[in-house]
Amino acid sequence: MIRARGAARRFGNKRALEPVDFELPRGGFLVVTGPNGSGKTTLLRLCAGLLIPTSGELEVNVERGEIGYLAHDPLVYRELTAIENLDLYGRLYRVPERRERIGMLLERFGLWEARGERTGSYSRGMMQRLALCRALLHDPALLILDEPGNALDAAGEELLERELEELRRERTLIVASHTPERLERFATGKLALA
Amino acid sequence: MRRYLADAGALARKDLLLELRARDTLPAMLLFVVSVLVVFHFALPTNASARASLGLLWVAILFTALLGLGRSFVAEREQGVLDGLVLAPSDRSAIWVGKVVSTLAFLVVAEVVALPAFALFFTAVDGSTIAGVALADVGICAVGTVLAAMAAAGRARELLLPLLFLPLAIPIIVGGVGSSLASSSGKYLGFLALYDVIFVLVAWAAFEYVVTE
Repeated sequence: MIRARGAARRFGNKRALEPVDFELPRGGFLVVTGPNGSGKTTLLRLCAGLLIPTSGELEVNVERGEIGYLAHDPLVYRELTAIENLDLYGRLYRVPERRERIGMLLERFGLWEARGERTGSYSRGMMQRLALCRALLHDPALLILDEPGNALDAAGEELLERELEELRRERTLIVASHTPERLERFATGKLALA
Repeated sequence: MRRYLADAGALARKDLLLELRARDTLPAMLLFVVSVLVVFHFALPTNASARASLGLLWVAILFTALLGLGRSFVAEREQGVLDGLVLAPSDRSAIWVGKVVSTLAFLVVAEVVALPAFALFFTAVDGSTIAGVALADVGICAVGTVLAAMAAAGRARELLLPLLFLPLAIPIIVGGVGSSLASSSGKYLGFLALYDVIFVLVAWAAFEYVVTE
């Protein structure tokens, strides 16, 4: 599904990602590790199609609408409620039975009670749960998760692990983390960036 | 086509809802345009001609629009939402259409206040001026929105937008002032309409390249 051959990225004179080689087949689970500034986020943005490599090749054989991307930012509007945010994305992604799907995800991620509150009033952990709902809303074939455990409490991390356990059966995943120990049991591959 | 319009409609509705909740663009535009007209009222000598004051009306409209355009991608920039919108399978130009519609709505509301205020302070506006304003609004929002998206991605965005926008707005001022002052305003209105057609097409086609690499 994804094949990288010497894919690298520069921003001006600064090299954000050293050349990487990897292959991720359909149904695979790649854990990307590395210290801060090693290029994890850049690699994920390349895989999502938000950036283009400045050298090397990167093939991502999946349609744009089949990618679910969890970024550092939650990618939601702070003045809108959780439902309004997900409804907007649901329309743009043409999610069938949108309302039911949104309700199910909010319930699953423990946000149903807060569904009518503006997301600007959410804690960081709630925002991260909402970002996960947004990334999963359209049932993507490829899930790209950048530090999914960020800001989650113990219950949130357990929930995330359960979700990942479930998701890895049907989807291709790339997960960046600087604490990969909890993910290693799901992984089919590991990419360590220096 | 129906899907495209539905996407653009959903995005425009979202912008209007955001403004209804946050109220950080339209009140500023209203206050700005009225303040500018008051300043011009006191700055112009009492025996100044109606021609001079009509020129100032166009300056006020242009800078009020610039204020609104400068705010148009703030919500997307602050939360990184543009990445989410760009990744959606809908045509990316629908984001531009949605923004143009919402910015146009704010600008028209500002003008609904500005034109009577102008008539109060200076001179009445005629039909050709109103037609000129309507045509200019389309061009201003079409060009301004694509430049605002470009500026939002840069560092010195507050500086970049006026630097990019004002040179491209010169034909709008030429057409707008011409439609207000010329005895036969038709050719100036035609000029504004032509500007709209060309720049709507260019901005619509260019937007995808502005929000992606």
